[in-house]
Amino acid sequence: MNVHRARVLVVWLGCITCAVILVARAHYSTDLSAFLPAHPTPTQQLLVDQLRDGPASRLILIAVEQGDADSRSRVSLSLVRQLRKDPQFASVNNGETVAGQGDREFLFQHRYLLSEAVNAQRFSAAGLNSAIRETIDNLASPAGLMFKSLLPRDPTGELLNIIDQLARSPQPESRDGVWASRDGARALAVAQTAAGGSDTDAQSRAIEAIRAAFAAAVAELPQTAANRAQLHLSGPGVFAVAARAKIERAAVRLSIVSGILVVTLLLLVYRSLAALGLGLLPVATGALVGIAAVALGFGAVHGITLGFGITLIGESVDYSIYFFVQSRQARGAADARSWRQLWWPTIRLGMLTSVCGFASLLPSGFPGLKQLGLYSIGGLIAAALVTRYVLPALLPAGFKIHDVTPLGLGVGGLLQRAQALRGRSILLCGAVLAILALAVLYHDRESLWNRELSALSPISTDEQNYDAKLRADLGAADVRDLVIVSGPDMESILHGAELAARALQSLVDEKVIGGFENPAAYLPSIATQESRRSSLPRAADLRANLNQAVEGLPLRADRLQPFLEDVEATRHAALVTPRDLAGTSLSAGFDALILHQKDRWNALLPLRSAQAGGKIDLSAVAAALQRGQVDDARVLDVKQESDALYDNYLGEAIHFSLAGFVALTALLLIALRSPRRVARVLAPLVLAVVTVAAGLSLAGVHLSILHLVGMLLIVAVGSNYALFFDRQASSDEAGDEALTLAALVIANSSTVIAFGLLSFSQVPVLVALGTTVAPGTFLALLFAAIGASAGRSAHA
Amino acid sequence: MPRVLSFILLCVLSAIGNEPLRAATADLHDLDQVMGMLAMRQHGRVEFIEQHFLSVLSRPLESSGELRYDAPDRLEKRTLKPHAETLVLKGEELTVERAGRRHVMDLHAYPQVVPFIESIRATLAGDRKALERLFRLDFAGNVSRWTLTLQPLESKVKQSVSQVRIDGAQDQLLKVEIRQPDGDRSLMTLRPSTLP
Repeated sequence: MNVHRARVLVVWLGCITCAVILVARAHYSTDLSAFLPAHPTPTQQLLVDQLRDGPASRLILIAVEQGDADSRSRVSLSLVRQLRKDPQFASVNNGETVAGQGDREFLFQHRYLLSEAVNAQRFSAAGLNSAIRETIDNLASPAGLMFKSLLPRDPTGELLNIIDQLARSPQPESRDGVWASRDGARALAVAQTAAGGSDTDAQSRAIEAIRAAFAAAVAELPQTAANRAQLHLSGPGVFAVAARAKIERAAVRLSIVSGILVVTLLLLVYRSLAALGLGLLPVATGALVGIAAVALGFGAVHGITLGFGITLIGESVDYSIYFFVQSRQARGAADARSWRQLWWPTIRLGMLTSVCGFASLLPSGFPGLKQLGLYSIGGLIAAALVTRYVLPALLPAGFKIHDVTPLGLGVGGLLQRAQALRGRSILLCGAVLAILALAVLYHDRESLWNRELSALSPISTDEQNYDAKLRADLGAADVRDLVIVSGPDMESILHGAELAARALQSLVDEKVIGGFENPAAYLPSIATQESRRSSLPRAADLRANLNQAVEGLPLRADRLQPFLEDVEATRHAALVTPRDLAGTSLSAGFDALILHQKDRWNALLPLRSAQAGGKIDLSAVAAALQRGQVDDARVLDVKQESDALYDNYLGEAIHFSLAGFVALTALLLIALRSPRRVARVLAPLVLAVVTVAAGLSLAGVHLSILHLVGMLLIVAVGSNYALFFDRQASSDEAGDEALTLAALVIANSSTVIAFGLLSFSQVPVLVALGTTVAPGTFLALLFAAIGASAGRSAHA
Repeated sequence: MPRVLSFILLCVLSAIGNEPLRAATADLHDLDQVMGMLAMRQHGRVEFIEQHFLSVLSRPLESSGELRYDAPDRLEKRTLKPHAETLVLKGEELTVERAGRRHVMDLHAYPQVVPFIESIRATLAGDRKALERLFRLDFAGNVSRWTLTLQPLESKVKQSVSQVRIDGAQDQLLKVEIRQPDGDRSLMTLRPSTLP
């Protein structure tokens, strides 16, 4: 016996050591790769790239509220000036003109390479004549007057053309020189971080920098006005940081509270510290082995797995409860062995049914779910094995827990009342409840599932509405529809972007779309620059053309000598490179539209709808791109694609869960060898699941993928309950009924406490899990108990 | 006691307030009267002919069209010749529309443009405060025939405009002359609209 004991402990410790090493060396990721399908389509890959690093993911919307209009705009100006010096931000904008000296010089110097108007025709006599005529007309307008001093060098107005082509996006309203909401109640600014939106640590640092700059800006104001200005931030990065903090806070607080409650409960029951300590061994081993299994199976462990995994193997606490309470009935040296004979087969079967349920998560395309499945399977098997082999080996001599028979008798007494009903009426009640629940589910079938990814978002609707309001005020900041041009290098995607821009411009003219952004407007492809440069005439030709062009115009050709010199200089000048652009503030706009990953380059052309908030006809966009023969261009609707991705995960998970249920039924049929007993085990579980689903639907909740996981957990945990009742009903060698009942009640209480607390969290995914599992497991126990006792009374 | 205090305060305040007024009481009285008459008008519609005298050009540019004003802050300048162009100033937003293209500019971003537009709009609105924010005001003549000379206060504004001179009779503007620091100038002549 002692040799066996030592062997068990050595094996256990060896496993623990291996698991610890695996866990310590595992790579943990918190980015969005949990949502990336294992084998993404190109569109899905683009979508995830967008969510991870795209320009939309890097936006932080900044609002300054309260205080008077003057202090708001002063805070905005100071805040933005500070942030512009911070390399954490690719760009910061509040409407203040920053076409700084450097930018203007860059644009002016390269105007004949950058302007879309430049071609051979432009520099013919006729072309020059109409361009110069337009420039002169401009001088009559106050806006054109600004360019008066540039006339001798830029008579064709190319600088104005370039500024036009860069400023095609609509601008937000301005008050006191800075962007403001339409009602003027808040000053607005937009920051774009250098780091991707999925880099939550970097986003968190950027947010801190904004808060610090705001505090400094407020400190510059006179004391009275300063006290009132308030800073509000929004955007994907802000949400990600808030969500992480919220989940961490909720997870820590809830695990502390539920830990205390469960420990108190177990102490009350066992009245033994040794039992408490030993009872936690299966859970701890299970958690460790679960993480190790995921690390081994997937290489990297997602944060989401760690977060939910612990709750999923909550079932393993039950094993030790069953062990301690039930083994008490056979006191003395042989207690553990008799428990092994009496109850271990039932627990093993319960564990295997749970494994069946969680195995249905394994084939999911959603890596987060896959990992949860593997984690739970590994954890449950480890916990069950520890309960079976290690706990008996560790049990000290004379180990005893408090006698819980009275609890079992009390509960049994309550159940006696159910016996007053006839078995048939119980069946009838169950059937009626099932029919009612199914009727509710059928009635709500269209809206039963929430098919939008936002179902998982921990961001409240208030925060989402605020975000939408800021975006509406800021114009087209919400990048929802994009044209993406892919290619092997920068030149190919810039060239593709130019072709796409031509196709899109026709849609703008037809008012199908309101506008678009284009990286090639900042930096044309080399091919385009070369063709513009070669379209510039030789000095002598240009002079001749110019002399002819100014005939009849109030401008003498000899005043335009600087123009001739500049054109000649450009003819021999180098082309503009990304490095030239890098020195200017324009590079931020350009960089935001270029996505470079490994060997893939993407140019982004975000689209704007013709009316604010309107829907873009994406099939028209796709058709225009096809007509324009733009290869490697794709239209992406970020929201629709991500919803489709999630919907796909959800549909898949529902199907696999049903398959898991079939497998579980088959397993029970093999183990119990009686369809009748299988029906008796499964009926309370199915009834509990449909009742909870119907209840949630009645409460106006749309079910998400986490509700589905919760339902799996009801079946997993509840199957143990049902199997115990089944064993008691069908075995002659039944153990102490009151003790079994007590064990089940204690196990269920700890589950209801732990999951019930999740329902009070602020995080929707935790609430989903809590509101499903807590009532579901309770109902499963109740239905199983009533069914069992009614079954007995029917037999009697 | 509080009553005595407030009496003293009132005396001090009125003494301070009266001081600059006394200097040019007659002129300013007429200015206020003109401003009052202008402020009464809710809508205005006149034709204009504008000439730009620019040193870079060998002859003046001439344009003509219609000027519309709607209280309190909307000014529309519709140029019909030689090319159609519409300029709408609403609040602090300037919209320029020409050749089917539309540009929206925030006036704050272009301080050099402000005096060209605000001088006319604030005068049409009879908004003396708005004028005084940007310019030093000089009023000559009387209500039936007056000249208002505006000189920019801010250095940024001074870079684009050195002086604006507005001639008027009662609540009608007759001529607006804008001089630039480099010697270039524009002259706008106004008369009641005969356009449909």
